[in-house]
Amino acid sequence: MRVTIWGCRGSLATPGVETVRYGGNTSCVEVSTSDERTALVLDAGTGIRRLGLELVERGIEHVHLCLTHLHLDHLEGLRFFAPLWDERVTLDVWGPPSPVVTLRERIARSFSPPLFPIDLRRVPARVSFRDIPREPWAIDGVTLSAELVMHPGPTVGFRIEEGGATLAYLPDHEPALVGPIAERTRDWLSGGSIAADADVLLHDAQYFADEYDDRIGWGHSSVEDAVTYAHMVGARRLVLFHHEPDRGDSSLERLGAQARLLAAEGESEPVLAREGMVLELA
Amino acid sequence: MDTPRQKHLVLILAREFASNLSTPTLIADEGGRLVFYNEAAAAVTGTPFAEIGEVPLDEWTASFVPRTLDDDVADPAPAERRPTRIALDERRPSHERFLITSRDGVEREVEISAFPLFAHADEFIGIVAIFWRT
Repeated sequence: MRVTIWGCRGSLATPGVETVRYGGNTSCVEVSTSDERTALVLDAGTGIRRLGLELVERGIEHVHLCLTHLHLDHLEGLRFFAPLWDERVTLDVWGPPSPVVTLRERIARSFSPPLFPIDLRRVPARVSFRDIPREPWAIDGVTLSAELVMHPGPTVGFRIEEGGATLAYLPDHEPALVGPIAERTRDWLSGGSIAADADVLLHDAQYFADEYDDRIGWGHSSVEDAVTYAHMVGARRLVLFHHEPDRGDSSLERLGAQARLLAAEGESEPVLAREGMVLELA
Repeated sequence: MDTPRQKHLVLILAREFASNLSTPTLIADEGGRLVFYNEAAAAVTGTPFAEIGEVPLDEWTASFVPRTLDDDVADPAPAERRPTRIALDERRPSHERFLITSRDGVEREVEISAFPLFAHADEFIGIVAIFWRT
C-alpha cells in the first residue's frame, strides 16, 4: 500500500514562507489501489486540487472520495478537484450519514450561491453519494472500515487494509474528551478498533498540552494525547497530522521533538506529516 | 480484526456522561447487555460495576427481585413491566416504581426511568436507565 499526503494542515489553508517545509494545504491523502485507473482519496481539503491535476494526467477513470466529515477544511477543495469537471470520470463520494439531510444535500450547499456559482447538478463527472456503511466494504482489493469518532458533528475515522498492511486515518479526533486515554480499554476508546495495531496511524496532533487546555471540546488532540493514543491502540508508526494553522515549520518541529520524547522506549519515533510525504506500507 | 469492535460513539459518550452524574445511571447496548453503571448506581445496587462486568441486563435486574408497588402492595414485577425491557423492546421511554433488594440485603424503593438511544442515522444503539430513590 502506498499512501501519499497531499495536505495535512488543520482548520485553514496556510500558504506562506513559514509553512514551506510541511505545507499549508488542508487534509487530503491518497491511497493506492490495485487498479491504476481507480483512485482512493481521503478527504477533500485544499490538497485535493493538486492531486486532481495529477489524476487527470494519469488518466484516472474512477475516484472514490471518502470524507471523514464535512467541516470546510475537509471539503473546500472538492469544487476545484479536476476529475469533477471531467465527464469521463465516475466519482463516488462516501461520507457520514445523517437522518435529516442526505450527504448530497449537505455537500450541495457548498456548490450554491453565495458560496459558489455553479450548481452541483451541473458538474460533468458522474457523481454519486454514498452513506458510509457500518460494516467493512471493499474498493478494488482494499478493505475499508469506518467508525464514528470523537469530533463535533458526525465524523468517522477510516481503517484501510490491503495485503496485510493497515492504515488508520483519524485526522480530526479528540479521544481525551471522555477521560484519560490510558485508562480505557480499546473497545471504550473512540476509534479504538479503527486504529488497533495499524502499521501507520495518521492522527490529529494539533496542539501542545498548554494550548489544548484552552481548547477542550474543539475536537482536536494535544501531541501528548496523540502519542498516548498511538501507544494504547498499538499503532506501529504515528504520523502527526492536522497541523495548527498558526504553527510555522520551526514550531511544528518543536512539536515533533516533543512527540519523540514522549514516545515509549522501543516504539518507533513519531513523525510529522508533510505535504508530498509518501509512506510505503508492506 | 482481533481487537473487539469499538463501542458505538453514542455509548462512549453516554458512559462518560453517566460517570460524571451523581444520579444512579446504567447503560445497556442494543442487544440488552449491561455495559456500564456509575458509582451512584453501585451505591443503590450494592456492587461496583467492575465486579459485575458486562452481563445480560435481564439477568442482572432479576437478581434484585424487583417488585411492583401497585396500590402500595409489592408483587413480583414481570419482565414486561420493567422500563429497561420496554425501552429495549419497544424503543420508547418508560417509567415505573419498584421495590428492590440490593446485594447488601437492604430493601429499597426506587423509581426507574429508561429511554432508548438513537444515533445520527436513526440507528438504535441501546438504552439509558436512571434510578430515582424514593
